[in-house]
Amino acid sequence: MTTHPREPLTRRVRWRNRAVAVTGLVTVWVLLWGTFTWANVIGGLVVAAVLLVVFPLPPVTFAGRIRPVPLLRFLVRFLWDLVVASAQVAWLAVRFGHTPRGAIIAVPLRVNTDLNLTLTAEALSLVPGSLILEADRATGTLYVHVIGVRTLDEVERFRRGVRELEERIVAAVGSAEELGRFHQPDPTGAEPVDLEGAPT
Amino acid sequence: MTLDAVLDTAAGVCLVAGALLSLAAGVALIRFPDVLSRMHAAAKPQVLGLLLVLLGCALRLRSGVDVTTLVLVGMFQLATAPVAAHMVGRAAYPHDDIRRDLLLTDELAGDLDRIRADREAPAARAS
Amino acid sequence: MTVVAVIVTVLLTVAGGLTLVRIIRGPSILDRAVATDVLLAVAVAAIATEAAYSRDATALPVLVVLAVVGFVGSVSVARFAARRDPK
Repeated sequence: MTTHPREPLTRRVRWRNRAVAVTGLVTVWVLLWGTFTWANVIGGLVVAAVLLVVFPLPPVTFAGRIRPVPLLRFLVRFLWDLVVASAQVAWLAVRFGHTPRGAIIAVPLRVNTDLNLTLTAEALSLVPGSLILEADRATGTLYVHVIGVRTLDEVERFRRGVRELEERIVAAVGSAEELGRFHQPDPTGAEPVDLEGAPT
Repeated sequence: MTLDAVLDTAAGVCLVAGALLSLAAGVALIRFPDVLSRMHAAAKPQVLGLLLVLLGCALRLRSGVDVTTLVLVGMFQLATAPVAAHMVGRAAYPHDDIRRDLLLTDELAGDLDRIRADREAPAARAS
Repeated sequence: MTVVAVIVTVLLTVAGGLTLVRIIRGPSILDRAVATDVLLAVAVAAIATEAAYSRDATALPVLVVLAVVGFVGSVSVARFAARRDPK
């Protein structure tokens, strides 16, 4: 997995990408105006079309489909994580006589697509207590700075947490083929090695 | 208690909670030892604090147009905050003002040169 | 609601003051960029609280603009700091 798959997009995929982008832009436009009228929708379509022609998007392919129940599970869990992590970091801040320690860990993702890499990185960045320092597109690895860890055990627990987060994201928006990757044993054997031979 | 009073109370609780998170972030900015840990503190009012304040605002305004505007503010903030955090984090990492003695483990140090070299020469990788 | 407004004002004022201290003390330009972001978040919270208190949505478009362009500042500072670094 050293080179990134970059096969040229088919015409159908390209039109699908455009349809997703137009839908998103029209939604934002209607929200901006605040009321749902046909004039707003048509105006939004015009603006979206002009934007896509003048500023074409880089090819980020949305290969899967949205599954409502896993998406809801991801959102609920994300909000919960957000609240817990905010409380933890706030507690770290007000506790006296204690300097919080951190760690920088590498988390190889199992689904190496730009979309998955971006979404996982976004979700991690938004939660206080984890911070993306560097993302390696070639290997699909995220380098995360964690705060408030005390032992290497906690570091490993955090690494598992990131991989579970990735699994939830792929379950929500990934394709069936990507989702299947979580159920087969990892061909590189990354998971057991990660847990036992933790770099110190 | 009427519905209005309940909504107002909920809005008040959300606003105070958001302000408390901002205060905690202020304290953390003063107390945390280096850039990276301060960035963790900064993420708090930017995400959860902002969402709480917007929720409080929406509970109090209660009209369709205003609520869509507030939803939009939340969406934009959630989309843009990680961009800034990632850029600052990347700029901060190789600098000396990170307290390396406070790091339990650093798995980026070994890979950093390879990643940055990859990025400098994307043409070589694409072939 | 007045009680809430007073409490929030006090909390946000203290938070903004502490953030200003970090902006002034630095030590690096990135610390200042991060602290400025927090100051912006405090300002957004203040504007939203004011809108909630007076039930007046006039200021909400300001929040949209701040949420959209707020990150540009620290991104530019980060790029500047990153470019200056390799010697």
